[in-house]
Amino acid sequence: MADLKELVLTTSGVNPLKCMRCGKCSGTCPSYDAMEYHPHQFVYMVEKGDIEKLMASKSIYTCLSCFACVERCPRDVEPAKLVEAVRLAVIRQQGQNHLKSEQIPEMLDDDLPQQAIVSAFRKYSK
Amino acid sequence: MTYSYFPGCTLKTKAKDLDHYARISAEALGFTLEELPDWQCCGGVYPMAKNEIATKLSSIRALAKAKELGQPLVTLCSACHNVIKQVNHDMQTDDNIVLKANNYLKLAEPYQGETEVLHYLEVLRDKVGFDELKKKVVNPLKGKKIAAYYGCLLLRPGKTMQMDNPENPKILEDFIRAIGATPVLYPMRNECCGGYLTLDEKSVAESRSNKVMASAKDHGAEMVITACPLCLYNLQKNSGVSDLPVVYFTELLAEALGLK
Repeated sequence: MADLKELVLTTSGVNPLKCMRCGKCSGTCPSYDAMEYHPHQFVYMVEKGDIEKLMASKSIYTCLSCFACVERCPRDVEPAKLVEAVRLAVIRQQGQNHLKSEQIPEMLDDDLPQQAIVSAFRKYSK
Repeated sequence: MTYSYFPGCTLKTKAKDLDHYARISAEALGFTLEELPDWQCCGGVYPMAKNEIATKLSSIRALAKAKELGQPLVTLCSACHNVIKQVNHDMQTDDNIVLKANNYLKLAEPYQGETEVLHYLEVLRDKVGFDELKKKVVNPLKGKKIAAYYGCLLLRPGKTMQMDNPENPKILEDFIRAIGATPVLYPMRNECCGGYLTLDEKSVAESRSNKVMASAKDHGAEMVITACPLCLYNLQKNSGVSDLPVVYFTELLAEALGLK
């Protein structure tokens, strides 16, 4: 049976060995301060096979999918795709949705765009 | 010229202004936005995983319909544009996604990324031309200092979006000049507003939006324009540092064309 590392690599299509550890992804990440594990740590932890620690961390929900790390990586590693793959490894499990529809009513205000809700559901739930 | 048009969920609800002013301005500029029949929500964010297929299908249906109609597909919301353009890129380059999506959809003719996807701003720049737009302006917004806010989705990833230089864009500044106003350059114009984290981790959206708005204000802006409903929401509701108005670029376009 393929292991979790293999699952994350296949899902993301990323090759972490291309990383030269310059840290630019974390330097440019808008969610850096809110993350336990930062984008560059995702890259080397996936490479080491430390997937379960990442799966248990709230950092997988703080990525904004803004593509700053993807755009600015000098080696085309695309760290955001690793964050996405680890998050999917969690929320694709039965009963592991991070956002549930019953939580939505209390989050609403008169101006909140539908776009915020559909985006959050796509990121946090299956 | 008639274009197929994908409005998206929010333009039918909280962002009606973004849609309405775009449509009436289009008519005044000599092109028509023909809404796609039975379009479905794009999902708001591009599904990055190689093995996500179902979440890409609504975009593929819209793209295939535009192909059938023989028209380029125009988008307006930054998020819809990002999702549909990136999915179209998958349909041009990823054999596995092409195979599985077509195997599921069973279209009369397989879809392989043939449709041209254009953002409304690209229609203004590349089809109408900013010089032509300038000639049609009857109410130039003279002296108005406007900060263009690109956010993340219009420009990135640059290799796929191909709208402009992702680190030093000018399409919105050129638009601002065309309607007679003065663009304000500021460093945070292509940094994220905090996006959907306004639901899950509000402090991130607040801190990001404050940084953007403070940067625009410090550089002398009197107003911020955007193409994204979620950016507009975050910059207005989650920023406590500035009272600069944030408006959709289409509203200023309609104003300059004397339609508002």
